[in-house]
Amino acid sequence: MTDVTAMTATQIAGLVATGAASAVEVTQAHLDRIAAVDGRVNAFLHVDTEGALAAARDIDARRAAGEELGPLAGVPVAVKDVLTTKGVPTTVGSKILEGWRPPYDSTIVERLRAAGTVMLGKTNMDEFAMGSSTEYSAYGPSRNPWDTDRIPGGSGGGSAAALAAYEAPLAIGSDTGGSIRQPGAVTGTVGAKPTYGGTSRYGLVAFSSSLDTPGPCARTVLDAALLHAAIGGHDPRDSTSIPAPVPDVVAAAKLGATGDLSGVRLGIVTEFGGEGAEPGVMATFREAVDTLTKLGAEIVEISCPHFRYALPAYYLIAPSECSSNLARFDGVRFGLRTGDDGNRSLEEVMSLTREAGFGPEVKRRIMLGTYALSSGYYDAYYGQAQKVRTLITRDFTAAFERVDALISPTTPFVAFPLGARTSDPYQMYLADLFTIPSNLYGGPGISVPCGLSEGLPVGLQVMAPTMADDRMYRVAAALESAVGTFTPPAL
Amino acid sequence: MTTTLPAYDEVVARYEPVIGLETHVELGTNTKMWCGCPTDFGGEPNTRVCPVCLGLPGSLPVANKAAIEATVRIGLALNCSIAQWCRFARKNYFYPDMPKNFQISQYDEPLCFDGYLDVEVNGELVRIGIERVHLEEDTGKTLHVGGATGRIHGATESLVDYNRAGIPLVEIVTKPIPGTGALAPEVARAYVTELRDVIRSLGVSDVRMEEGSLRCDVNTSLNLPGEEWGTRTETKNVNSLRSVERAVRSEMLRQAAVLGAGGRITQETRHFHEDTGDTTPGRSKETATDYRYFPEPDLVPLAPDPAWVAELKAALPELPRLHRRRLQEAWGLSDADMQSVLNAGAVELIEATVAAGATPAAARKWWLGELSRRANETGVELADIGATPAQVAELQGLVDAGKLNDKLARTVLEGVVTGEGSPTEIMTARGLEVVSDTGALTAAVDEAIAANPAIADKVRSGKVAAAGALVGAVMKTTRGQADAQTVRTLILERLGAQG
Repeated sequence: MTDVTAMTATQIAGLVATGAASAVEVTQAHLDRIAAVDGRVNAFLHVDTEGALAAARDIDARRAAGEELGPLAGVPVAVKDVLTTKGVPTTVGSKILEGWRPPYDSTIVERLRAAGTVMLGKTNMDEFAMGSSTEYSAYGPSRNPWDTDRIPGGSGGGSAAALAAYEAPLAIGSDTGGSIRQPGAVTGTVGAKPTYGGTSRYGLVAFSSSLDTPGPCARTVLDAALLHAAIGGHDPRDSTSIPAPVPDVVAAAKLGATGDLSGVRLGIVTEFGGEGAEPGVMATFREAVDTLTKLGAEIVEISCPHFRYALPAYYLIAPSECSSNLARFDGVRFGLRTGDDGNRSLEEVMSLTREAGFGPEVKRRIMLGTYALSSGYYDAYYGQAQKVRTLITRDFTAAFERVDALISPTTPFVAFPLGARTSDPYQMYLADLFTIPSNLYGGPGISVPCGLSEGLPVGLQVMAPTMADDRMYRVAAALESAVGTFTPPAL
Repeated sequence: MTTTLPAYDEVVARYEPVIGLETHVELGTNTKMWCGCPTDFGGEPNTRVCPVCLGLPGSLPVANKAAIEATVRIGLALNCSIAQWCRFARKNYFYPDMPKNFQISQYDEPLCFDGYLDVEVNGELVRIGIERVHLEEDTGKTLHVGGATGRIHGATESLVDYNRAGIPLVEIVTKPIPGTGALAPEVARAYVTELRDVIRSLGVSDVRMEEGSLRCDVNTSLNLPGEEWGTRTETKNVNSLRSVERAVRSEMLRQAAVLGAGGRITQETRHFHEDTGDTTPGRSKETATDYRYFPEPDLVPLAPDPAWVAELKAALPELPRLHRRRLQEAWGLSDADMQSVLNAGAVELIEATVAAGATPAAARKWWLGELSRRANETGVELADIGATPAQVAELQGLVDAGKLNDKLARTVLEGVVTGEGSPTEIMTARGLEVVSDTGALTAAVDEAIAANPAIADKVRSGKVAAAGALVGAVMKTTRGQADAQTVRTLILERLGAQG
């Protein structure tokens, strides 16, 4: 048998379905790979060896019993540590939840189990999904398999690094401002942010409730679509979940893979025309645009005048919501408790717990949000940011009257060296310049590898209207069929 | 503080009170506001909880439709407008009985707003404006162990029970109520009583103040005539209808004393004490928390379908006030008599007693007489006196059947109130039944005639009134267990006199 860790999820599922490989063999191969390379990558915070092998044995037994299994049965998956997993540690990359074993599964994890996938473990992330490099993880940064001195993006850098390091063929991420797409771009993998409400947030430890969107990560567009279909759809436990079926993203990825984009109109956002982006990234992007044209797409330039305000609006809305969402981490019911020596008041214990349990970026955002929501400032900050959000939505709506989808580089720069941007928060925030508008609007976005710049991957982002997730998969798959996939140097 | 309080008459002659009431009602839905946990009162601590009502990381709320319906019905019964679109909001503050450290409530977009409730005080209708009716979640309960006061200050340990966390809570806020003068305490009580009756008639809550399913905060301020309204205080821990009235009165007296001494009223929360009937300061509102309200992003906006609201409105039950008017006519009571029934809190009790078979007059006699007297003496609500309408009806049945006379019936009722059993059981157990065996009674009558020959002669000669002494003698020998009317008839028969 060839090395299954080098295979796509689609190929692995085929092997398991035909009995050419057992789910246990596939799982063991990935566990071995993790054991071999994760010391250098640090993609995983927790590897659930026993749980994974048990799940794999269950799949093999069910297949042996002649049970009809889904298209991803037996395929290993890595799950970002932002999703609750029953009995399996869930830390959100924070000291404040160290050792917490949730009593319940998130909907996404439930659906992964129902689809017959095998969860390998939990992946590293910036604490509470706040960051673009995993350097804000309380458990040390993950490293980019393309160059282990560089960041793998964030916040979902662990999931992206696990894919690029062939530790897992599939992974789950969550995207609040770009946390699936930007790590995908800088690791040469595929990451899709579904329509907000298209994937359930139940069991996703909240950062910013109105923006958080769990979604699929993979090494190919088709694999991402298969994973998207498995986890997506209405969930009555999430009030913001959309009560409609997921668009047929798998069919769209297969259609795109034929390499024909004739009749598809794509818009390039004028406001993303190079300002702040590395020249190498822009050059690679422009080559990809030429490729899309050759595939038959019609390219037009579209102005979205309010996108320039997306970053500031985001940095009011997301911290505001986070300041409230993170209030529950107080040492009373779960997680870390500090200073409870019998002499301190409840307030002191809460305060010491939060002081010790939260890292600097989380504290910065809690303070920002607390300030933005406070009496007398609400209208000027939170209220104003919500108005900007409406204007950005209008920009998208107007654009989608003219084009089927918008395209841009996913992120302004390739993977940067560890430590390069931690001293200046704003430089870090710029990593999400091109991804944040979709979060504010609620529409889907995907990052697909489109080439290399100075030997490092560059991602192209496709943004589609809400509940038209299929469109972005078609465009991304077409590009992938033309430019191929990208393999990092051996670790 | 030992300030001498002024006389109430002087206070209302000098100042004009403005009151306002905030009432919280726990809804009687089967499940909590955001999850499927049961809502029953009691239960071992922390057994009626799940990831959602414990606020565990990752959990999300889903609104309980029955609670929204109940709130809309309350709003409609209070003549409110129903919002066509509104949102829940987060009220952020740290407290361990609140699992998420924010309460999901409503802020500037209440579900129901701008209504009124008419209440009767001394036969006059007073219209109380309703500012808003909104829906929120209840908190858990904290138990502070080791301190002297049972409050957080000085406690060595705090325990939290989250069974109550997430139970749907409706908050009903009145507009400020000026112009009630000396009647302010009674208006406050009448409003809460009427509100309780309205909510009970809707069947959406058991509205029991002693169990906390109806909780009331009372705002009070005083101002000189023609001047602006004064600084208000908010009195909490007002746990009975009687306390509502007492709390307003007590706070009016206290504020008048402060103002009279040239002092200034501090805007603060005060704590009412049932035992002493006065209030002490709680936390000051002048250093109030900034709740940082913002729309709850985990929930979608509420947009009640106008057709559904119209259906709910059409199906509202008769208002208690109109219902009472109908009862008054059926019972044949004057306004004054009905008012005394109302003041005693006896309307529903009498209604239920009549439904159980007693005549309105008999039912009213028991509830307003013996039972009200006992309730006043022991300081409990009439409804909680310990006798049920069915028992009162049963007691009257025994009287009507001649098995108990009035005096014996009172003795039996005392047994009922102290929990000895049903009237029939008590009568039998204590041997209180009227002596109706005519043989035994005749013997007692003959004995009394023989023992009082002079009186017997008077009766024989036509002085029928003198028979009373003989009746008394018989009652004495039967230890009161005879029917006086029967005894009298027997005596007159024996002596050949005409009654």
